Amino acid sequence: MRTDVFFIIWLAIGAALYAWAVTFGNDYLFFAGYVVLQYVVLATAWNILGGYCGYVNFGSAAFFALGAYSSVAIHKFHPLPIPFLVLFGGVVSGVVGFGMGYLTLRLRGAFFSIATLALAVVLETLVVNWDYVGGSRGAYIVRPETIEPFGAYIKYLFLIMLVLAICAITVARLIERSRLGYGFATVRDDELAAEASGVPTLRLKLIATTISGGLMGMAGAPFPYYIGYLQPSSAFGLDYAVNSIAMPLIGGTTSWVGPLIGAILLGSLQQIATVTISSAVNLLIVGCLLVAFVIVAPSGITGLVRKYLPYKPAALVGRRVKKDASGSAPGVAP
Amino acid sequence: MSSTTNSTLSGATTGAATDLLQIDNLGKRFGGFVALDNISISVRPGERLGLIGPNGSGKSTLVNCICGTLQNEQGSVRFAGRRLDGATAHQRTRLGLSRTFQLPRPFASLSLLDNMRIPLLYTVAARGGGHLHDVEARCVDLLREVGLEDKARRLPRDLTQVEMRKLELARAMAAEPKLLIADESMAGLTHSEVEEILALLQRLSAQGVTIILIEHIMRAVMSFSQRLVVLVSGKKIADGLPNDVMRDPGVERAYLGQ
Repeated sequence: MRTDVFFIIWLAIGAALYAWAVTFGNDYLFFAGYVVLQYVVLATAWNILGGYCGYVNFGSAAFFALGAYSSVAIHKFHPLPIPFLVLFGGVVSGVVGFGMGYLTLRLRGAFFSIATLALAVVLETLVVNWDYVGGSRGAYIVRPETIEPFGAYIKYLFLIMLVLAICAITVARLIERSRLGYGFATVRDDELAAEASGVPTLRLKLIATTISGGLMGMAGAPFPYYIGYLQPSSAFGLDYAVNSIAMPLIGGTTSWVGPLIGAILLGSLQQIATVTISSAVNLLIVGCLLVAFVIVAPSGITGLVRKYLPYKPAALVGRRVKKDASGSAPGVAP
Repeated sequence: MSSTTNSTLSGATTGAATDLLQIDNLGKRFGGFVALDNISISVRPGERLGLIGPNGSGKSTLVNCICGTLQNEQGSVRFAGRRLDGATAHQRTRLGLSRTFQLPRPFASLSLLDNMRIPLLYTVAARGGGHLHDVEARCVDLLREVGLEDKARRLPRDLTQVEMRKLELARAMAAEPKLLIADESMAGLTHSEVEEILALLQRLSAQGVTIILIEHIMRAVMSFSQRLVVLVSGKKIADGLPNDVMRDPGVERAYLGQ
């Protein structure tokens, strides 16, 4: 399937979902749906670096918070429509992602992960001490109750996140099937062999950290408007870092489908738990599911499906390729 | 292919302008350990050069310095008239320098076909490979050359040891190199498997690819090489016709002791 067709199909699915939610749902559905979609973007973004390239980023919350705080900063300076804030948040986080990639060029494995963790701590400290965006006191964003022609403001935010999620999975799928996707897979498998085959591994790593960081920032940009009151501890929350790793791992890291499934499954479960039990159970759910998946299905749901598929199509092991760089998933579960 | 039968022990170090690879006074240390000490070697286009030496003599370090995996601290490497110092490994691959690894390093999550695809997409295409109309067909051709076309859709983990070596060679060849460095492509293989790999290398050589063969299996080295270079403890102790080199007292001492 061509990328533009894929994008249009998902836009149609998104439109149907939105229409269904408007017709049958109440505002709560939009509140909950927004969070799930936000996790779709975060998980997809994490997977571009973590799944495709094999670089595990523990600092997702930092990029998310950067997006959120860049919105706060702009809002205080001069309020702009949210789509602009999303773009701006993406640029800011993308630049920081590039910088992180540059500083950690030679780090791999646990060393890289710890560096990303450090980045989150450093950024949080900076934000806590930056008075303009509220510092440790936090910042209030007063948003209008309604916005035309959507009605309730949350519907507008939901729609933005829906479009963003569709863009994110389209980008992920596009990468997967391009020359870049093959390059990312070689970075994950063996960087020395990749270099020996002509793959500019350092450049690819920078591209991955930039795209991944940028998408996370975009997911964070509308957040202040969603939550109304943004403080460092909520923007840099542990949930974001843990969820954006757990969701792709549970769904499967080798294709765009995995993070999508993982985010919808885990995100919905958490939302259900939040209203039925308590939001405090959320991380417990993640923990239990992670343990279960590591034991039962180490390559995630998509890996499990592949394993029990009645036949092994060429599309999954190796790829059906028409011409040039168009293939499908960059790799199969090892 | 240029004639190399007249190469002498002395003639090899003075690199002529026509040399494909020219290594001058190359030095590399790891802390206080001198891994390579003033190595000078030149390789002519089309030549089949054997590089031998005991374990730890610096063969792989030399390969790593030539290919850019390690950067040399001293001396220079010239390839096809260009100084390579400072160039990254992938830039050198794009210039036409391919290598295999001592322990095969396939892309484990990619099928054999896609393993071939990587050098095509990233090296041949980057050079402006206009002939790359059908990448997939080219990948299958490359696998066919080493007899692995039946396993094109399989993953590297399904391969036997000798097939892994062939995959390694095929992937190096997919980059369409001018110079191929085969780092112990036959280690651990049976007699007949060694013959298979040797035949493969002979075929590549006949196609005009310059080959540096690093090997411990002397039978293979002697039958393949037109010239031999011997490294011992990071120093080049001999360079010349295989039979002359093997009779060299210094080489005998290094291999057999006093």
